[in-house]
Amino acid sequence: MTATPPVSQPAVEALEETRARHGLLRYAATKAGGALVSIAMVIVATFFLFRLLPGDPVRALAQGRNMTPEQLDLERARLGLDKSLPEQFVQFVKQTLQFDLGTSYEYKRPVLDLIGERIGSTLLLTGTALVMAVSLGIWQGARAGWKPGSRFDKFSTAISLVLWSVPTFWLGLLLLMVFAAGVGPIPGVFPTRGISSVDAPEGFAYVLDVAQHMVLPCLTMVAVVYAQYLLVMRSSVLDEVGQDYITTARAKGLRDDDIRRRHAVPNALLPTVTLVFMRIGFVVGGAVTVEAIFSWPGLGQLFYEAIRVPDFTLMQGTFLLITASVIVMNTLADVVYHLLDPRVRSA
Amino acid sequence: MLEATEVAVEFASRGRRARAVDGVNLSIGAGEIVALVGESGCGKTTLARTLLGLERPTSGQVSYDGTPLSYTGRRLRAFRRQVQLVLQDPMGSLNPRQTVYEAVAEGPRIHGLPDEEEVVASALSRAGLRPPERFFLRYPHELSGGQRQRVVIAGALALSPKLLIADEPVASLDASVRGEILALLLRLRDELGLAALVVTHDLGLAWNIADRVAVMYLGRIVESGSTEEVLTNPQHPYTQALLSVLPESPQRIVLSGEPPDPTRIPTGCRFHPRCQLVAAGKGADACHTTPLPVLPPTTTGSEVACHLAQVPTPR
Repeated sequence: MTATPPVSQPAVEALEETRARHGLLRYAATKAGGALVSIAMVIVATFFLFRLLPGDPVRALAQGRNMTPEQLDLERARLGLDKSLPEQFVQFVKQTLQFDLGTSYEYKRPVLDLIGERIGSTLLLTGTALVMAVSLGIWQGARAGWKPGSRFDKFSTAISLVLWSVPTFWLGLLLLMVFAAGVGPIPGVFPTRGISSVDAPEGFAYVLDVAQHMVLPCLTMVAVVYAQYLLVMRSSVLDEVGQDYITTARAKGLRDDDIRRRHAVPNALLPTVTLVFMRIGFVVGGAVTVEAIFSWPGLGQLFYEAIRVPDFTLMQGTFLLITASVIVMNTLADVVYHLLDPRVRSA
Repeated sequence: MLEATEVAVEFASRGRRARAVDGVNLSIGAGEIVALVGESGCGKTTLARTLLGLERPTSGQVSYDGTPLSYTGRRLRAFRRQVQLVLQDPMGSLNPRQTVYEAVAEGPRIHGLPDEEEVVASALSRAGLRPPERFFLRYPHELSGGQRQRVVIAGALALSPKLLIADEPVASLDASVRGEILALLLRLRDELGLAALVVTHDLGLAWNIADRVAVMYLGRIVESGSTEEVLTNPQHPYTQALLSVLPESPQRIVLSGEPPDPTRIPTGCRFHPRCQLVAAGKGADACHTTPLPVLPPTTTGSEVACHLAQVPTPR
């Protein structure tokens, strides 16, 4: 053992504790700094990326109405599109730094308001789907990895991979056809579009109505993504199975199920937690495809509509929000990982 | 106390059956330290796992205090309190997310022992981690290799076992720490009457710690007896070859031939393809044709499984 230090033991421990805390703060600060740089770069990229899109927003908004070149120029000046690109860029950065995302060309309303209206339904759909996909994936992955090669393992891994390979729009349309439109003897039990019925009832019945609308889009999203949680969980449980501490726990008389629950799964969760946090970022963005198929009034659909115009300010706003939330969640994932793993914590 | 009778363990390996352990009799008495020596792949770790009840023997049986091991939950669990395991790599044997306290307290919790904190504290201090409270909230990665192995041993001691099965307990430790851990095992034997089966490839270690030595080759014990007998007067050519590579040995015997393969056990004496005596033309016909009997378990005399060795005189 090491020689006794000249300082008293409690003092040493207190010192180590403050050092560890400072370490975490410094780590979090570094990560946050990195995230800020990324967001700054995204702001720049956002502006120039969308200017590359074909199409003239002014003509698109005119929607074939006969307009004189003077009228078009006037409209262009109103949207600020008459200025040079550098001038527009400076204007955009100034506004963005003041959290002003501009006014949508198409809706003629502040982008922030539009996002505010849509974000709730997106969070509801993608959040629910994420929770379901993560729980399903972790549960199946932990069992599959614990007994690799078992029937459960082969079966669940194969099914998840088939669903993973299926294109989202195809599965979504298939589900729409079978369960919403109805095929042959199967009646269409679920609504085909939207978040609630036109004659939406009040109170609890409304909740049920929304839930019914959510079943198919949610199912589609879960089916297509849960394989990644399953596979990450499976392989990290597999890594733990051969570990000596699992053998030691078994030799102490711990039951197999308890070894899995108390030792293998908590250790195997670390990589999965990181993955989940990265995915939370994407929750904000929603799933453009799923929202478009099921006409879900969320951010994904808003973005999809904005591309068609192209509505520069609306696209910039939604894109910026989506990317920023992915970056923020990635940073959080790093910090959380740090907190969860004692080995990384003191390093 | 713990006894293996005609134990054989087979694994299916690439369509063929590998007999990792091929008929072993071994007994460990109370308070006795037995070293199980052999090269890698000879089946010593599989034998240790079988003795712990982690592996079920294909044939033969393991018995504790005369009662055959039962592999049903409750009774196996009772057995687990008596026989504990210490593995080679202490970093791997400890869950990296558990504090020292959690790691040591796990056994007592499984078996519902009262006064958990006291049990943990006393196990830690018996394993040489004093004052124990200082280590409660430490994580394995904050400790040195020797301290980690002490935590593993404390985790075993917390169940007050009668026997410790240690698989290469010091192979991954520094030379200076090695001696401390061995001294700890000897002290535990003296203070608590704790018996131990030490699995090792290191004859020097066996010499320092063991009362008896069993030498294993390709799934069988080929020579066993008191440490002094076996290591100063080895009868089996394999033991002689193992001893000859120690630095103080006057002359090295280098074994030729392929390393042993448990899926293809040679006919006759299983050691004959690599035996230096057979290679020197001193072998007998029986070496090639007649299999040797399984050695009986001994607690006193020496036994050797070799056609060429003189019949061992009872000592």
